[in-house]
Parts: sequence; structure tokens; C-alpha cells
Amino acid sequence: MQVQLRSPNIIMKLSRLGSFHQSKLSFLRSFLDEFKDWDYKRDLFDLDEYGYGIAVYSFKKKNRIYSLVCFANEISDKDRSDRVIATKWDAAFTLHDGTPTKKDIERLKKEVPKQEVGRLSYKELTLSRANKSVRIFNHVVESLSNGHQPDSNLLEKVGYLYRTTAVYGSGKFGLADRFRIKNREEINGPFRLEMMLVYLVRQFTFDQVNHVAKSKNPKTAVSLDLKICKKLGIGNSTGLGMAPFIVNHPTLLNNWIMSREIALKKIREIKKIKSNEIEVFKNSLKNSIKNITSWNSESEYQKIKINSLLEDIKKFLNFIETKFNFEVDYPFNEIYLWIEQKTCEECIEYIVSMMLEPFDYIVKPLVSQMSSEEDKYFTIPTHRNVEDLRNIIEKRYPDILKINFTKKENYKNFWFISKNKEEPRYADRFKEIGSNLEQPLAIARDIKKLHSQLIISKNNLTIDKFLVQNNDLRHVVRRAFIIEKFPYSEIQDNTIGENVVPIDMLRLKLSFFGALKFDPRSDKWLRICMFQGAPLPTELKNFDQQWIYNS
Amino acid sequence: MKSLSEIDTTSKRASRAVGYSWGEAEEIGKNIRLLELFGFAGIKTLNRYYSVKVNKKFSDLSLINKNNKSEKHAYCPIILGINFLDQIRSLEKFKIIKFNKVSFPLLLLPFLSRSSEIIGKKINIKFDKIEFLLNLNVNISSNLLNQNCPEIANNVEIKIIENKDSFSDKEWQSLYKLSEETFVEETDSLKQSAAGAGLTDND
Repeated sequence: MQVQLRSPNIIMKLSRLGSFHQSKLSFLRSFLDEFKDWDYKRDLFDLDEYGYGIAVYSFKKKNRIYSLVCFANEISDKDRSDRVIATKWDAAFTLHDGTPTKKDIERLKKEVPKQEVGRLSYKELTLSRANKSVRIFNHVVESLSNGHQPDSNLLEKVGYLYRTTAVYGSGKFGLADRFRIKNREEINGPFRLEMMLVYLVRQFTFDQVNHVAKSKNPKTAVSLDLKICKKLGIGNSTGLGMAPFIVNHPTLLNNWIMSREIALKKIREIKKIKSNEIEVFKNSLKNSIKNITSWNSESEYQKIKINSLLEDIKKFLNFIETKFNFEVDYPFNEIYLWIEQKTCEECIEYIVSMMLEPFDYIVKPLVSQMSSEEDKYFTIPTHRNVEDLRNIIEKRYPDILKINFTKKENYKNFWFISKNKEEPRYADRFKEIGSNLEQPLAIARDIKKLHSQLIISKNNLTIDKFLVQNNDLRHVVRRAFIIEKFPYSEIQDNTIGENVVPIDMLRLKLSFFGALKFDPRSDKWLRICMFQGAPLPTELKNFDQQWIYNS
Repeated sequence: MKSLSEIDTTSKRASRAVGYSWGEAEEIGKNIRLLELFGFAGIKTLNRYYSVKVNKKFSDLSLINKNNKSEKHAYCPIILGINFLDQIRSLEKFKIIKFNKVSFPLLLLPFLSRSSEIIGKKINIKFDKIEFLLNLNVNISSNLLNQNCPEIANNVEIKIIENKDSFSDKEWQSLYKLSEETFVEETDSLKQSAAGAGLTDND
């Protein structure tokens, strides 16, 4: 039986993308899998009694070494802010390529804590900073220094000791360009080194909290129980900075979604499922429910989504336990058709993620196809003609072409780069100034404009000649030829309409990172947790692949 | 040191700020990145061009012919470059394309370099006593080492070079003969057991 890939016109809608969940394809999970046989080491741990100072952690295999250099600083409570406009953080980090020399560490000590206004070199790969969850950190120090473990319910509710507020890579602030490292075998999936940084930062937070507790009361202090450590991850506050990324990297976006869609298609095409595969699927699903029930959010928007997800998952569990027979042919196709009929978008995508769990042999080869050689598709094929381009647009953007952009509500907002922090922002064009400096992220509007120009142009006019008069639409001409080859490269929605929920764009990217517990704080930023439940660095040699549900 | 990613982004934004469309600005970002990667003064030249552009007029050439003459102003290297890149498949037949004056010719090079990759042929550009060879977007060689490229190029000649060997048949044969010394003569018994031996191909 041949199952069709799901239509981009359904999957690439913002509400659907904003319902995506982590899966076996997620970058933090594939990172752990790739680095499981690397040697982990804490090379330097030079903190004072309050936990301020420098630490270095590394992963090593043969001649390759990656070192996380950590700088923990004292800051006052009034300076602590998760917003990107902050200038001081409790700790700052960089991932150095190789073993840093003393000279490197001196250089980094001056630059890394300054983050965006510092300068890194091609020897550094990623950069980040993080703030303590002061309430949790102090509670843990207090408990450990008094000889007992902290309140595990409180810890589990928050989920982390530190929150990062940005993780930079790929040439930002002088960091190494991706082309310098892209041929390394271990970096054959996106965001590998960003994931490594976050993962090692997590370990630093445990070591720091133990160190501070012990310094406070050397006689009575105990170390944080490793089982509790495992249940903690790293928090992250994410704003709009992430949203333009998925618009600006169309082939990369395609490769992420395409990998997931191919995996789903192949799983639906399996005629008979082995009993152990059924077990993995069922167990993952059942165990994952605690990830939903412990998913706290004050956001009404998210609360509604969580409740309907939980309700639908229970309905689905009842279905597979009482009515469904896994011995039928193509059982996962039957399951998919059922969930599509009976459950909400959030639940459909949740169960799709679960379906991937038993099938390493399908998922693992796809992980290496999730990067992209973007430059290869940059040049516009100008020998093609107007008819070709119009056909592509009509085939690939059917719903976008139905949007009426003369109506104010459909072009109410605009994206711009803030002068203060060089970060993307989103505003109402009828209330705020600056729409004349709009970023090219209103793809739906511009595609529609391009289409209207194409229908009044001669069919056989070649694109080089078309562009002579229409170079203002060059950016979307390029995109239309990209989507011809990469069907999941575009969001099939209006990103400037009055009803757009920008966090749907963040949620999509964060789900591919492997984030859990999306907690929207407004329609423009959210908090998440990464690596909660993940094996510790000393456990990587042999860990449970379904750790995310079983911890 | 600035990363190529920073060079690309900043060049793109600056180009948008001086009035190019976003799509054109994307091309410029990629091009300046390419120039800097190949060791040419991309940022410096773009900066200089944009500062001159405020007070000086340049001619925008849209449809390129075999001979192109601007009566008044020198051609804008960016509009010329974008159109050269877009029209390269039709320009290829001209073999030689001439422009009487082009401003900031260094900014034209990456467009030619990318054009060279599209048609799979080397492109040579010559003006005054300066020459560049654009080699399938793999590298750019030049006789302008460690010197500034002039801000105006007169009598620019762009030549599309047909793919041909840079050596004589005799030179090739001589080298091939040497390479044969790594081969082993097969014995009769080996020939009889080699792939396909003993079968008829008329089955």
C-alpha cells in the first residue's frame, strides 16, 4: 500500500505547526545519540564559595574536542532579566572548538559575559547565557547545605535551576561560520552544537548548586540526588527572534518537516507491526501522559490546548485498548485515519510523534537529512518562464491566493528589526511607526502580489525579462522556485494578519529542538524546558532511548 | 574578525537601506560574502560605492547586448551584475560582451563568478590593464594582487571562454604514458577468468 505524504497545505498552516511536539527526530535527542560514545570530562572547576568563577567541560573523541567554557558572575536581583535587552546574566557560556588555552580563557573571560556586544572568534562555535531560577536555586542550596534533598514536587513543577535566554551560533558575533565545520561527521544534524552547549550547561548547574551548598555548610551538605538531577533540565525563554528563522531558511524548514512526514508515511505503510514495536508505542504514549499532566501554564490559550490534548489522548488510549486490533493490516495507517477524524490538531501531532518511537530503522537515516545546503538553491532559474512560475504558485500556494490583501485585517501587522537590540519584532502597522522598514517576512502578501503580476504577463516571457520590471518581487520569485522542489518550505498562512499567533512559529522550531512544556507568557514569547529527564553525561554510554517518557 | 554570516547580513541590510529591493539586497549580501571569502575588498568597496552613490548618478542597464554604451553615467555594477546573472544563458552566445564604463567593477565580479558556475564556463573580464578570471565560482584569479581595484572601469570586455584543454595533445600523451606505468599486464589465464569471460553477449 502506498500512503501519500500529508499535504503541505494542511501541515504548514500555523495552527498545525503550532501543535507540533518533540519526537525521535528532535535535535536534542539526536544530539545525545550522536555523542553517546564520546568521552565526557569536567576539565576545570574554579568557583568561589558563592559559585562564581570559571568551569570547563568537554566532549572528546579521537582528536576532536569540544569544550564548554562557563563564566558564573555575581549580579544583583534588579539586573536579572530574561529579556533579550538584558546586559548581565548569572552565567555566560561558549562552546570552544578544541581545548582552550589560558590565553583563550582570558580572552573569553572579557568577551563572553558581554554576549551580543562581545566579540568571539572562529574558534568558538556557540554562545549563550542563563539566569538562575533564584527561588529554586536558593531552595536547593538551602536544602542540600542542611543535609537533605530539596522538595522534588517543587523542582519538578519548575523543571530547571537555570533558564537560558538565547543560544547563538553560525557566525553570530564573530563565532565560526557553519561552513567551517559542516563537513564534520558528528554535526550531520541541525543545531548539534547548540544542543551540546545547553546539555553541558545543565551539568554545570548541578555542579554549581552542589558546590555552593557544600561551601555553605561543608559538614552537613549532601549532593543533589542523581535521580533528581535527571528530572531537571534547562529552561529557556524565547521571544520573537526565532520566528523569522523559519521564514528565512525555507529549505531547512522543508527538510525538518519532510523528514517527519516521510517517517510517518513509511510507518503508515508497514503492513504488520511486531509485538515489541506495539509495546514501545503504547508504553511511550502511556508514560508520556505525565509530561502533559505536569505541563503547567498560566496561558488560557495553552491551557485550552493542554486540556483538549489530554482529553483526546485518553479517548485514543481507550480506543486502542478496547476497540483496536493491532493485528489488522497497516495498523498505524488505521490509527492515523482515526486520530485525524476524532482528535484535535494538538493530539494528531502528539500521536504522530509517538508513532516514530518504535522505528529507529526508519527515523535514524532521516536525521542526517535534516540539514540543508541552502546556497545551492539560492540562484533563481531565470531561463524558466512566466507560465512555469504561475503554475508553481497556483499549485503550491492555493490558500494564500485566496487571501484578500486589500482588507486591513489581512495586513494589520508588520515585522521589523529593533534598533535597540537588533532583534525581530512584530507590530500593528496602523498604530506603530516603522512599517516602511518592514522585513521581507510577509510572504503570503508578496506571493499574492507576484501572482497578480504574473497573470498580466505573457506566458512565454522568461523570468530574466520578467525581473527587469519586477525586481521588487525578486525575493518571492526565488522562494517560489524553492517551493517547487521543497514542498514544505513555506508557512501556508498569512504571517501579518490580525489573527496570527506568532508563538505558533516559535513552537514549531522549539518542537524540533526537543523542547517540552511550552508555556506561553503572551502571544509573543514563551518558556520551555529542554533535556528534562535526559541521561546525565556519565550515563550516556548506555541510556534508555525513550528517556523523555520514562524518567 | 567578522564572520561571513555577519558580512552577508550587514551587506544585505545596508543594500536595502540605500534603496535596493529585498531580493536584490539578498544577492548583494551573498556577493560581498563571496568577495571576502575569495580575499577581495568587498566590504570596503561596497561601503565606498554607497557613499559615492548618494551624490552621484549611475546608469541602470536592464537588457544587456553585445555592445553596451552609456552616454552619460557609468553603469551601476549591481543592477548590471544582477541582470548579467539573470540573462547569462542568453548572453552566452555573444562570447564577448562590452561596456564602455562600469563603476566599482569589483562589485560586478561575484555576479560574473556565479554566472560562470551557471553556464559551466570560465569568464574573463578585462579593463585597462587589469584582468580577472572567474572560474566556475570556485575561485577568482587576478593580476591585481595587493592593489586597489579602480572605482571606474573603462572599455570593459567580458569574454565567455569555451571549455577547452589548457595543454597540447602531446603534453597529455606524455603524461598519460607515465601514468601507464602503474598498470599491470594481464596474463592469459587472468583474461579467461575476468568478468564476462566465457559468456556470449548474443543471448
